[in-house]
Amino acid sequence: MTARDTPAPPAETPASTPVADKAAAGAADKASKPKSGWLSRLRPGLKQQASPRAQETPDDLWLKDPDTGELLYRPDLEAALWVTPSGHHMRLTPDQRFSITFDAGAFERIQAPSTKDDPLGFRDQKPYPHRLKAARETSGEVDAMSIAFGKIAGRNAVVLVQNFGFLGGSLGQAAGQGFIAATREAVRRDCPLVVFTASGGARMQEGTLSLMQMARATLAIQELKAVGLPYIVVLTDPTTGGVTASYAMLGDVQFAEPGALIAFTGPRVIEQTIRETLPPGFQRAEYLEDKGVVDRVTPRRDLAAALGNVIGILMDGRARIRAA
Amino acid sequence: MATPRHYLDFERPIADLEAKIEELSKLSEATEPQVDGSGSFDAEIDALRKRVEAVRADTYANLDAWRKVQVARHPERPHFVDYIDGLITDWQELKGDRAFGDDQALIGGMGRFRGRPVMVIGNEKGRDTASRIKHNFGMGRPEGYRKAVRLMDLADRFGLPVLSFVDTAGAFPGKEGEERGQGEAIARSTERGLTLGVPMIATITGEGGSGGALAIAAANKVLILEHSTYSVISPEPGSAILFRDRAQAPHMANAMKISPEDLLRFGVVDGIISEPPGGAHSDPASTILAVGDTVEEELDKLIKLSPDQLRAQRAERFYAIGTVGQ
Repeated sequence: MTARDTPAPPAETPASTPVADKAAAGAADKASKPKSGWLSRLRPGLKQQASPRAQETPDDLWLKDPDTGELLYRPDLEAALWVTPSGHHMRLTPDQRFSITFDAGAFERIQAPSTKDDPLGFRDQKPYPHRLKAARETSGEVDAMSIAFGKIAGRNAVVLVQNFGFLGGSLGQAAGQGFIAATREAVRRDCPLVVFTASGGARMQEGTLSLMQMARATLAIQELKAVGLPYIVVLTDPTTGGVTASYAMLGDVQFAEPGALIAFTGPRVIEQTIRETLPPGFQRAEYLEDKGVVDRVTPRRDLAAALGNVIGILMDGRARIRAA
Repeated sequence: MATPRHYLDFERPIADLEAKIEELSKLSEATEPQVDGSGSFDAEIDALRKRVEAVRADTYANLDAWRKVQVARHPERPHFVDYIDGLITDWQELKGDRAFGDDQALIGGMGRFRGRPVMVIGNEKGRDTASRIKHNFGMGRPEGYRKAVRLMDLADRFGLPVLSFVDTAGAFPGKEGEERGQGEAIARSTERGLTLGVPMIATITGEGGSGGALAIAAANKVLILEHSTYSVISPEPGSAILFRDRAQAPHMANAMKISPEDLLRFGVVDGIISEPPGGAHSDPASTILAVGDTVEEELDKLIKLSPDQLRAQRAERFYAIGTVGQ
């Protein structure tokens, strides 16, 4: 980070990243970071998605680069669309995503119909309703899917953001209903649907009902197809589990953000199963682009323009068919 | 009735009684019966046989979800190849995805089901070490799901109803599968089932394990055998994640409500096919027949619907699931 007239970093920096030697410490951090699934990544993810209230405290003016440990000044990071100088694409809240995706940050939120909480009466270490309540309070969202309508490069679009900060972006009945609502809103407004995926997978607390959302979302995509509307997917970090075995992989065009973990089975489980070390970058966006699984890894700063371009081409093509 | 030799943990009382019967039978054979009937154990053996049947029936009538998981995984439970043998004539296996290879965890082909031309796909786990390896324990790879898509395309073009038989712990968690788009392959197979213009009936005959099961169960009707399960994750890894303890698997199985009765209540399945008193493995032939009868009954109804009606019925069926309890 360049020197400038900004508040000093908090006096008490974490022991693992002394400011004087932060490069070395950062490198050490990176080296010791286990290749792991989304569960172990949950904590930093949640930190990044601090509540709006918490953002106003001075301590929160400084954030740590998850890769290098470097301390970063929040307003700089915001101006860089939450991409660190090392290129790490930080996880976003739905509102952050909507702001940087829609023209001039202008959008209209669309409420998904509500579903019944806790259909199974599930309890693990905590009752599921308690987990839901806590997630709602922290995020200010009802569940893991947030929907908005606006313009991307001058074209109408419905955007669905799957929020990893809400119970790991897990797919349950409410999220499934959110997906269906977003597709129907796109059909109603005769515009494309853009989905930003981020999920640890199915919401296990909803059992087989969560599995069924994979089929329901797939049906909803057919409603877009029936009227020839584009369905565009942007895979963000992390997109795993059942979500990867359904709507996240069914896009007409598949973008991915740099460095995003994209997996059906996470790397930790695979390592345990085959008992060998996986190659560097395995299941990261770039690796999967190389393997032909995604169309294009696109840096966040170029994403809105790329979406606008693709939407323009596909919708112009559709208009020609319709005119014929 | 063939006596199963592999006993599950909860079958201990049944195993003990059957051991006693065997012991008495041997003793009976070795002893010369007297004129007054002494020295014969026929009466005792008869009484024990009645008791063991009662205990078996009672045990199997009251299985919780975790015990059903055990029965669903029973090594002697009828497998896909047994259903093909018992229900399909003129069977012609069709292999490969035409892009990478063939996956024997997911077998498919065409044939006749009680006279009707059909396409059949299903998971095969294998019976012994060699066949289990060949079939990868029933855990599919991308080429398996892509083969399923290919066969469903073919079925759609020729008006063949699709019958699927689900018995998998889930898709295979491997490195190469991920590189070849395991997620996409499952998603496309699910999508193909949902868009078919021909009837599709899925029967869960053992384990219905997550996305790997859904890939061939996005059907007009989803049937399930009485002691089978259909879940988003197997109880062991599920409990490792939510309870940080694999030993909580029985609790996890019950908490996820994966038994057929619960699944029927939620609308996840449309019908339960009864098993013999000691489970499908105690009488495979009658189980296979019962499956055939139920599938035929459903097919008779679906065959009358037009392609559009079939697609609409399928959409309605799956959309209704999300409205449980509202």
